Amino acid sequence: MQIYVCVKQVPDTAASITLLGPREYDDTVKFVMNPFDEFAVEQAIQVREQTGTGEVVVVTVGRESATSMVRTALAMGADRGILVIADIRQLDSIATGRALQQAIAQDGSPDLIITGKQSVDSEGMQIPYRLAAAFNMPIVNEVIRFLLENETVSVEREIGGGIREAIDLTLPCVIGATKGLNEPRYTRLPEIMKARTKELKKIDINELKLAPAAGKLELLELFPEPERGQAVMLQGSVQEMTLQLIDLLKNNEQIL
Amino acid sequence: MKIGILIETALNQLKQTNLGVISAACQDGANELFALMFAGAVENHQEILQSYGINKIVTISITGADVDRSPELKARAIIGTMDALKLDALLGISSTDGRDLLARIAAQLDAPLALDCVGVDVAAATVIKSQFSGKTLARIKLWGTPFICGLRPNVIPPKIFPVAAETIPYQIAQEDTRRLQIRSIKKTADEEIDLTEAEIIISAGRPIEAAENFKILKDCAKELGAAVGASRAAVDSGFAPHSMQVGQTGKTVSPKLYIACGISGSVQHFAGMKGSKVIVAVNTDPDAPIFSKCDYGIRGDLFEVVPALTEALKKQRGSENNP
Repeated sequence: MQIYVCVKQVPDTAASITLLGPREYDDTVKFVMNPFDEFAVEQAIQVREQTGTGEVVVVTVGRESATSMVRTALAMGADRGILVIADIRQLDSIATGRALQQAIAQDGSPDLIITGKQSVDSEGMQIPYRLAAAFNMPIVNEVIRFLLENETVSVEREIGGGIREAIDLTLPCVIGATKGLNEPRYTRLPEIMKARTKELKKIDINELKLAPAAGKLELLELFPEPERGQAVMLQGSVQEMTLQLIDLLKNNEQIL
Repeated sequence: MKIGILIETALNQLKQTNLGVISAACQDGANELFALMFAGAVENHQEILQSYGINKIVTISITGADVDRSPELKARAIIGTMDALKLDALLGISSTDGRDLLARIAAQLDAPLALDCVGVDVAAATVIKSQFSGKTLARIKLWGTPFICGLRPNVIPPKIFPVAAETIPYQIAQEDTRRLQIRSIKKTADEEIDLTEAEIIISAGRPIEAAENFKILKDCAKELGAAVGASRAAVDSGFAPHSMQVGQTGKTVSPKLYIACGISGSVQHFAGMKGSKVIVAVNTDPDAPIFSKCDYGIRGDLFEVVPALTEALKKQRGSENNP
């Protein structure tokens, strides 16, 4: 089973994002693997462990500094990595999808592609779909249960309101992972040491010879969400405060 | 411009959240609006759709395949309709289903797509959407035709714009390759309202202390007509399922009212709920960061405040019913 996992290096979720210009932010913050991609890496390793054959290849598009994130995935148990070097600030979801697709297609023949359901930085929510369309594979995103049996993948996804969809897909297919799918394993020192010797291929994005896309997403500007004014702190007993709150929500905010 | 609106239905009703999307596309009648929906999904929809500016109601029916079993087939049927109508843009709700369908359509068409948008200017083909999980907003230009945009529920107020709508039935034949099939749809939790589309949310953090204590929130939610959420700390402690998590690695929500009980207000939690119109915080700690980012604050114990709120709401309802 040839499994490809697509991952992205993003600012740590605890980091504050400081804007430096119309399209720039302070990127000296700590960078980590996109949290949803950790579930993807874990699932890929579990599938390889289950089938006992094949390999897990981690693929990313990013800066040279994304090397450390790929090594983390290798320490978790992935077999080798591919880093497509590019200035990701210049890439939109369409171009990133194409780069990932080409990097995979030029490397081998995927039976299963797993990604996180979305990145927490650009929040495009579309890479798994673009990969599936380019490879002409079925796709299910936001997967919380995964079972592989006789060439059929059975997954579950939550569609809100406590409702769960169970879906069957045929291989090869694309899966978008989300929290709840599994518990990503911690990496231990022996694995971290071993990961340093695993193959990590670096390709410049220009070497992929991507065909130009018809559509494009152009970032015009980044700006902060408007700040809320000073909070009104309610006073009095619990009963008084709740009555005040209901009155404010009814009469000032016209909500209740 | 010819703009398609992907209409969502639930329990044979039009979702209220469709109306804001229609208003975003309408621009006071500057555009020709096509409501795209599957035949038989709802009845009596014409009156409401035309009162918000829909010019054509396109009811899609598929022969040769069970479209309810495959979102792939749904996406292909909508693409066929968009081609036939030569639409310049497709707008929809960025709900769980909407996001999935819009992404399938965009990927098949290799078209530009922006999801979870909080604003759109259809004439300029620009959107405003959150990035870095709501820590910043981005203005993005979508180059290419058609462009596709999913709007976060509740962010655009619906605006009446009465026109006379005409219904166009559109039939499309499809072959099901059966490479993707919905096997079952089941209810796994007693949540009634989808968090991402809820108008009011009440949620709790780790101080809720146990899964069964969520009952006090559920009782209050019943009075408010609200959905119940949880912080990551409460979910990771096993007090609530992940489907209830609001925040950067949970759901992004945008209700009119968000009541945070015993939630200190981490950067990650804020990322998921800062789009709420009004935020109320209940916390025993006067220095909790949430008090500096909310609209109304109550310093108090959620185990006292929430039941008191439920009682007060009950009493008010009682007096409204028996004036």
